Amino acid sequence: MTTETLEQRVRAAVEAHRGERGALLPILHHLQAEFGYIDEAAMPIVANELNLSRAEVYGVVTFYHDFTLAPGGARTVRICRAEACQAVGAERLAEHARQRLGVGFGETTADRTVTLEQVFCFGNCALGPAVQVDGRLHGRVDPAAFDRLVGRA
Amino acid sequence: MTVTVYVPRDAAARSVGADEVAAALADAAGDRIRLVRNGSRGLLWLEPLVEVDTADGRVAYGPVSAADVPALLADGLLDGEQSGGRCLGRTDDLPWLRDQTRVTFARVGVIDPLSQADYQAHGGLAGLRAALAMTPADVVRQVTDSGLRGRGGAGFPTGIKWNTVLGAESDLKFVCCNADEGDSGTFADRMLMEGDPFTLIEGMVIAAHAVGATEGYVYIRSEYPDAIATMREAIGIATAGGWLGERVLGSDLCFDLHVRVGAGAYICGEETSMLESIEGRRGMVRAKPPIPALEGLFGRPTVVNNVLSLASVPMIMADGAEAFQELGIGRSRGTQVFQLAGNVARGGIVETAFGVTLGELVNGFGGGTASGRPVRAVQVGGPLGAYLPVDRFDLPMDYEAFAAAGAMVGHGGVVVFDDTVDMAAMARFAFAFCAEESCGKCTPCRVGATRGVEVIDRITAGIDRRKNLLLLDDLCELMVDGSLCAMGGLTPMPVRSAVRHFPADFGAERETQA
Repeated sequence: MTTETLEQRVRAAVEAHRGERGALLPILHHLQAEFGYIDEAAMPIVANELNLSRAEVYGVVTFYHDFTLAPGGARTVRICRAEACQAVGAERLAEHARQRLGVGFGETTADRTVTLEQVFCFGNCALGPAVQVDGRLHGRVDPAAFDRLVGRA
Repeated sequence: MTVTVYVPRDAAARSVGADEVAAALADAAGDRIRLVRNGSRGLLWLEPLVEVDTADGRVAYGPVSAADVPALLADGLLDGEQSGGRCLGRTDDLPWLRDQTRVTFARVGVIDPLSQADYQAHGGLAGLRAALAMTPADVVRQVTDSGLRGRGGAGFPTGIKWNTVLGAESDLKFVCCNADEGDSGTFADRMLMEGDPFTLIEGMVIAAHAVGATEGYVYIRSEYPDAIATMREAIGIATAGGWLGERVLGSDLCFDLHVRVGAGAYICGEETSMLESIEGRRGMVRAKPPIPALEGLFGRPTVVNNVLSLASVPMIMADGAEAFQELGIGRSRGTQVFQLAGNVARGGIVETAFGVTLGELVNGFGGGTASGRPVRAVQVGGPLGAYLPVDRFDLPMDYEAFAAAGAMVGHGGVVVFDDTVDMAAMARFAFAFCAEESCGKCTPCRVGATRGVEVIDRITAGIDRRKNLLLLDDLCELMVDGSLCAMGGLTPMPVRSAVRHFPADFGAERETQA
């Protein structure tokens, strides 16, 4: 991708949310969804368009867990580690996931197939442990079910 | 004749296979059924819970898997046979539902969430029509008289908040719904948005009329993609139908509603942090005063209410303040939507009047643990709520009774733990979570949480245990007194309750033996 097309795509994302009050978060969600991460080169363009400083944009990007500065793996696996899921074995599942994938939370496997993330609550607290794979929620996930979900059974 | 079959679209039901069940039913019985993707009835341990319309009323089957579908059909699922091992009988006769008082959740699981006709056939819009016939001041008075208190956790009287916004002079006012339901053990906001989104919209329109607002935002956490999609669709339908936008229901009221999506920050459930986030900034907590009712979103007077607070308003307007006021005990009026979660045999939604005891919820409705082991602890009111032992199960669910016991009802989430739980680990987690999710604005929270983890590590390692327990208490006191918001101010609650009720986990016995 050339720098020019990146700039055009970023400006189009800004334009799509031009009429919204406080549009920075919707714009960043847009960019994250489109590129899979927030390119550092996108930040000054967004800042310029919204009449913000680059520091302000960078500050917002880095405050929120959803925005990442680098692309993740082909699939994103998120495990809930909050209290209700802990009560039904989420910590055992988290340990299993790290072992099975060979990465820690926030990391991507060497073959770039899976990014493992931790989340605190999907609101599936009566059917834990909860795991989200590429945006799809799964309940009562034990280690065997986890292996099936991530294709490592 | 086509038979109406209900398979929930709720995210929890989908997480255990509701979509697959719906697909299997459509495949096998396609033109014989009218498939409705309803919200969940809240009996989550029975999901996917399939219901069939029969001459005898709705009949429930659960938990149903896609593989069960052929046998269910062969057993006469569509003929009102009520047979087979999965059949639970008439939905209305299920004791778990029968023993509840569904007010806010009256329509959830019953109707097609996105059907305006269903909504109105089940009493929808009656509250808004009643409100539009009244002056704003009278609407505020009725909400105040009902005794409704904020369902998000703090329990502040909703009518008093609205009155402040009504009295504020401004050409632009906002209504913001806090749907950043980040607390573990809570899912009622999510289920209401997925199962009966028009109720929330109706509540927000009533609020707009009551305070003179023209624009509203529902701030939903990104961890809730289903709720986001359903709310967006519902807002589109409501706007097209004249329930939102210009001249609501033909009145002079204009009110535009937007969904804003969070970005994975627990602190954005704090109201001022949420406002910062909607404005497009880091979710840093604001100092109060000024209160959001006077200087809220973009500095304008703003109503900020939780999903369930706003969703309770249509019923209060439709049935009157007295009907709501009659339910509950003490200064806790109306119903609360309790959520049973964690290691519980029968988890889900229990909406009932305040005053039900903790034990009735956990052992009665919940049926004890899912693991079959004894209950050891429950955490009430989210990650910032107290851990309580079984000998406090006599406590009535009442804001004041819980406060007197060093605990809080909060939003009514109840997380159950069995006897394998290590309470020192849970106390450590409370600090670690606070350290991870603190916005960093105030020192007691930002630094205190990290120091808290270290102190608990020293206690559990047996290093200067007595001194470190004193230090822990000191640190907790400082965080309670000195933090800017509830994140730092309430993190000591789970910690102190764990130390107080479960001293053995913090090495008390070891020391006595030594």
